Amino acid sequence: MTDRTPSQTVGPYLHLGLTQGDFGAPEIFGPAVANAGLPGIHIRVEGRVLDGESVPLPDALIEIWQADDKGRYAHPADGRPLASNSFRGFGRCATDKDGSFHFATIKPGSVPGPNGAAQAPHINVGVLARGVLKRLFTRIYFADDPANANDPILALVPADRRETLMANPDAKSPGLFRFDIRLQGANETVFFDA
Amino acid sequence: MNDIYSRAGDAADPPSLSPEYRSTVLRSPSRPLVIIPQTLSEITGPVYGHSDVLPGEADLTRQHAGEPQGERIIVQGRVLDEGGRPVPNTLIEIWQCNAAGRYIHETDQHPAPLDPNFTGAGRVVTDDRGHYQFTTVKPGAYPWRNHHNAWRPAHIHLSLFGPSFLTRLVTQMYFPGDPLFPFDPICNAVTDAKARERMICRFDLETTKPEWALGYNFDIVLRGPAATPPDSD
Repeated sequence: MTDRTPSQTVGPYLHLGLTQGDFGAPEIFGPAVANAGLPGIHIRVEGRVLDGESVPLPDALIEIWQADDKGRYAHPADGRPLASNSFRGFGRCATDKDGSFHFATIKPGSVPGPNGAAQAPHINVGVLARGVLKRLFTRIYFADDPANANDPILALVPADRRETLMANPDAKSPGLFRFDIRLQGANETVFFDA
Repeated sequence: MNDIYSRAGDAADPPSLSPEYRSTVLRSPSRPLVIIPQTLSEITGPVYGHSDVLPGEADLTRQHAGEPQGERIIVQGRVLDEGGRPVPNTLIEIWQCNAAGRYIHETDQHPAPLDPNFTGAGRVVTDDRGHYQFTTVKPGAYPWRNHHNAWRPAHIHLSLFGPSFLTRLVTQMYFPGDPLFPFDPICNAVTDAKARERMICRFDLETTKPEWALGYNFDIVLRGPAATPPDSD
């Protein structure tokens, strides 16, 4: 075995390396995960990243990884053909000065889970920031989806904390979901170890 | 459901709460992580490779009209997994301050000069043997406000994807013999001394180009496959 290289924080100047499009390089990825023609229900996810005193983080970066509308990942370990080559399933958004982030994407389909169980539609989320020494990892579920009741991963989360994983539809804006990430304290977001 | 990726190597990583690094105090979860199986969602991950990056992006000294100030260096190495296997075709994003210790970033107020010929960001993709190389200038040390008279040792930030969502790594590469190591709470947030050494590159005369640039070797080891369970009779 070869020993792993340890993780370190992205630090306060993360934008220079992780949003290089803002510094003159071609942009490879950003907050737009799905182009307009992609099949599926187009949604927007908006939220803020907050610390243990509910202060927004202006120097965090959110990365998302998700399946397409049929629950297929653009990755060889999945292997099922995708409807569109343009869908790569990955998005990245640095938080704004008020700690806010946003993604334009589609709602993923149900994804195969352990032992033949289906997983409810979800988006995988990585959180990087100054003061975060190792990426934090969580999931976005959709509060209005009945499949959540049978999701094998949600079942591992204490019932009183599941709400922290739910993106809530905005009653005033169809297609908009709100998902805040609280790194610490009351209503602290559930983070996973896989 | 058996693990595809090893969990044991997580011990090398720093704890989320590392109070000497003050920013962790309010930004680290206070509740335990919820342990979950590795499903299709975790064993897949973003795939970016050679078609996404231009060859010139690996040379940070040629992004402007002139040459940047400072000591030109070549950094090369391999990206491996914990099983020692090369990780081919994986994206590496790098960023750093200039030779004077200043980032081209609006929040960096250190009164050291910006260099009009240096941005400090680059990208490279590992080849089919897991090898990468980039050219840059050696970054300077710089002060920060974590504690009185705090200075970061010279470092280059590296961000890697690897083959899945679970292999994602962001780290910092340090330089041999830096006198600031004992005082740096970010480097020392990694509690195991041997693990800290794995963040320090090695001077490499083979990589050094005569009359041109000093060479450093830095191998990066990502999370790898779980040990295969023994066959049951």
